[in-house]
Amino acid sequence: MQELVQHILNGLNLGAIYALIALGYTMVYGVLQLINFAHSEVYMVGAFASYYGAIQFHLTEKPGWGAFAIALLISMTVCSLLGLAIERFAYRPLRNAPKLNTLITAIGVSLFLQFSGQVVFGADPKVFPEVLQDSTLYTFGEIQIQLFDVTIFVVAIVAMLALNWFINKTKTGMAIRAVSFSFRSATLMGINVNWIIAVTFILGSSLAGVGSVLVGLKYPKIDPLMGTLIGLKAFVAAVLGGIGNLPGAVVGGLLMGLCEEMVVAYLSSTYRDALAFGLLIFILLFKPSGIMGQTRVEKV
Amino acid sequence: MRRLNQVLVAICCVLSFACTKKNEGGGSEAATEIKVGQYGSMTGGEATFGQSTDKGIRLAIDAKNAAGGIKGKKIVLITEDNQGKPEEAAAVVKKLITQDKVVALLGEVASTRSLAAAPIAQQYKIPMISPSSTNPEVTKRGDYIFRTCFIDPFQGPVMARFAYNNLKLRKVAILKDLKSDYSLGLSEFFAKKFKELGGEIVSEQTFQTGDTDFKGQLTRIRSSEPEAIFIPAYYTEVGLIARQTRQLGIKAILLGGDGWDSPKLFEIGREAVNGSYFSNHYASESPVPATQDFIKKYKEKYHETPDGLAAAGYDAAQVLLLAMENAPEITPTAIRDQIAKTKDYQGATGKITINADRNADKDAFIVKVDGKVLKFVTLLGP
Amino acid sequence: MVAIARGWLLVIVVALGISALSYFGLNAYMQQILFYIAINVMLAASLNLVNGFCGQFSLGHAGFMAVGAYVSALVSLHFHPFEGALEILNFPIYLIAGGLCAAAMGFFVGMPSLRLRGDYLAIVTLGFGEIIRVTLLNLDVVGGARGLYGIPGNTDFMACFHAFFWAGTTVLLLWRLVHSSFGRAFLSVREDEIAAECMGINTTRIKVLAFVISSFFAGAAGSIFAHTTNALNPASFQFVKSVDVVIMVVMGGMGSLTGSVVGAIIVTILPEALRPLQEYTHVDLRMVIYSLTLILLMIWRPAGILGSREWNQLKFWRKNAPAA
Repeated sequence: MQELVQHILNGLNLGAIYALIALGYTMVYGVLQLINFAHSEVYMVGAFASYYGAIQFHLTEKPGWGAFAIALLISMTVCSLLGLAIERFAYRPLRNAPKLNTLITAIGVSLFLQFSGQVVFGADPKVFPEVLQDSTLYTFGEIQIQLFDVTIFVVAIVAMLALNWFINKTKTGMAIRAVSFSFRSATLMGINVNWIIAVTFILGSSLAGVGSVLVGLKYPKIDPLMGTLIGLKAFVAAVLGGIGNLPGAVVGGLLMGLCEEMVVAYLSSTYRDALAFGLLIFILLFKPSGIMGQTRVEKV
Repeated sequence: MRRLNQVLVAICCVLSFACTKKNEGGGSEAATEIKVGQYGSMTGGEATFGQSTDKGIRLAIDAKNAAGGIKGKKIVLITEDNQGKPEEAAAVVKKLITQDKVVALLGEVASTRSLAAAPIAQQYKIPMISPSSTNPEVTKRGDYIFRTCFIDPFQGPVMARFAYNNLKLRKVAILKDLKSDYSLGLSEFFAKKFKELGGEIVSEQTFQTGDTDFKGQLTRIRSSEPEAIFIPAYYTEVGLIARQTRQLGIKAILLGGDGWDSPKLFEIGREAVNGSYFSNHYASESPVPATQDFIKKYKEKYHETPDGLAAAGYDAAQVLLLAMENAPEITPTAIRDQIAKTKDYQGATGKITINADRNADKDAFIVKVDGKVLKFVTLLGP
Repeated sequence: MVAIARGWLLVIVVALGISALSYFGLNAYMQQILFYIAINVMLAASLNLVNGFCGQFSLGHAGFMAVGAYVSALVSLHFHPFEGALEILNFPIYLIAGGLCAAAMGFFVGMPSLRLRGDYLAIVTLGFGEIIRVTLLNLDVVGGARGLYGIPGNTDFMACFHAFFWAGTTVLLLWRLVHSSFGRAFLSVREDEIAAECMGINTTRIKVLAFVISSFFAGAAGSIFAHTTNALNPASFQFVKSVDVVIMVVMGGMGSLTGSVVGAIIVTILPEALRPLQEYTHVDLRMVIYSLTLILLMIWRPAGILGSREWNQLKFWRKNAPAA
């Protein structure tokens, strides 16, 4: 029994990470109907940004919440800037082109960042600096609740609630929702579509930045290819929960994490990656709108 | 019709240019150089392996060149990075042999990559010496493939004996890497010997190179209550596994093999790896003069203490150089015959004799991890 | 009928010509590149059928190539129907075996997936490609993560002829297909699926047909790959490989078979041509340039080099001929 509880905990911890990154995917898709493949690479760059930032500002000499906050700030800033750059130079020129072209471009940007990362950062893994120290908060028998796991989980939930409030209760949020319905009508209403899209990318990319620091603390190995697999799984999580739906992203992420943990524990670790795709195909074939999404009617 | 003719003429012109690029003459004996090829993982998850081995090899070759080379000819080392991928290893070895025309090959550390490259070296009859691949299959690929280290059928039982006799352990769990021939082979030999001695393998879980989360497997292992966990894998994953083991509250001793040998092990694993033991090709505290001599020369050149991979690389290069000295002529076949005759060569990693299977019969050092230092525990022979 | 006969004759002559050239004129390195060109031409042309002519964006081509490669490798390792002088007839058997299995896989993947549109289809095909790869990674009978070694086959004259013969056949067959009523059905599905449905075309059937044919040739390409490199590893069939083929198709022009051939040749030669740059700067910039090319291509010339025109529609040919 204890083992099962531990597995569930592990799964939720894993899932919280997917949830955090899935929020970014879902936001961009909601507004642009674009699968931002480059999101996983923005996440990777965030991790390296805080790695180099920590070295530059000697953050490991006094680990604690202060150093952690600075690392977060660095990561979020760099990620936002990168996200903005990608949107401005790669996606905006294709705003009026067929969706397919934008998809191919997104793949191109993702690969470009991956390979540039290998050239610039070097392909061998680096060790993420310990800006915050892990500790055991509670112990129930054999089960230890770690600080990092709690932090990730709390951050994911808080981010989702904050975003939800932002989208539904503020003026900018309303503008984002308007743009997601129709660019033209939103422009007619006086909304600066470019600015709104920029805000969306900033929000999504910042979350990726936060996620990368948290994951870097938990699993200290970082390398230029770290984003690919986790990005893909987070994307599947977003689709699972209903792409474009914020609570759906978190639900999808947690579910994804739980399934993966169960597969590793009771089946075999070799299928953990295939599970993501299996789930994706399953959900797209049987309920494409996801767990919490609504079916859209397409008019001819 | 006219256009068609124009196009055909153009094609013929282009093709005639291509024809001029035929094979430049064979023969790797350019007037004053002997070309030796090295392939290793300079980048990727096992980057320190390739880089350390490279340093050891260069130490040997530079020293030889400074002393006048072999029969007056300078040795040129051509190094290729295989990025830690087996298909890349095969591709660069092919390039080294067919384009760079090397007379001998040094590499690789990881058995999977040695296995990918060995058939090619055998096909072109170029001798290959692996400094630290321990999977027995490597040298079975052909009579041009050698190694200057021990093999897993020896290393596995060594750790089993150490665990059973020295540490008095009776219940061990195994966590192995499905993507690595080294890991699979070593765990098999360990398990067999441990059970023979009377111990029990309480759990056997798997993971894959590149994984970062092992909590699922470790939770299963925790339920089986082992006294120790044997992790025959490479340092990057081992570091992460060790951390997560302690995060789950598992107090078992961690045991491993020569894949742990890297300065990055402690960097990634931190306190979690302290108090662990693993078998290695050498220990920096070994009193053998040849070892200390090597360490001194290495420190002079690189200003750091060498790890096992560097020592192994050094020895492999020295064996090759010795063979080239003794060979009547610098051709791949003659070099190969001399390598096979290597006997009682005192290397930094111990006494090397190439036996009939083209492997080396050597002792294994057991070391204990204590921060960045690897403390020598004991020496176990066959 | 005459057209078909002329087509086959052209293919045989070209294949013989290239093989002779390669055998007598080029070194081992160049020969290897020629093989890769043949393989890539087959991959690009077959993907163009689905992506370009049928308008269904598939990102799982590497998976079908992998199936073809592994199946034909297994068959050639265990099964030798002809011995001695007739050995040259073995290879087509291996190739067709690989192709058929890949086609079957294409059917299984296509049937459920082709209900989806655009982005979703792309992701699902990507998913299937990865599932195929992970499954191969876990099957011990094909070597799993260590890979499959010792596949018979070499890179001599006969092998080169086979490779280019099949590459030429692929292009020929696809050309005939595209210029038939099937081809017009593909195009109509690409342009407007609902209108095509109204015109009486069973769009699902057409789409699956395109998918299956495309997978067959991808599998055939895979089997040539297996027999020239003599070793297979699931790592060679990752998502990046599918993207490679997409780049070839996009660069040449989606909807142009000539474009696919041109795109395949360029994309094969480019990394090798850039190798001196790598030796000069000691840094592997090839993949960076690759992906940058894709981005710039999509922004500035999404139609690719040839757009959707074939070689006989280029203005080049009209200059001097009086009757165009």
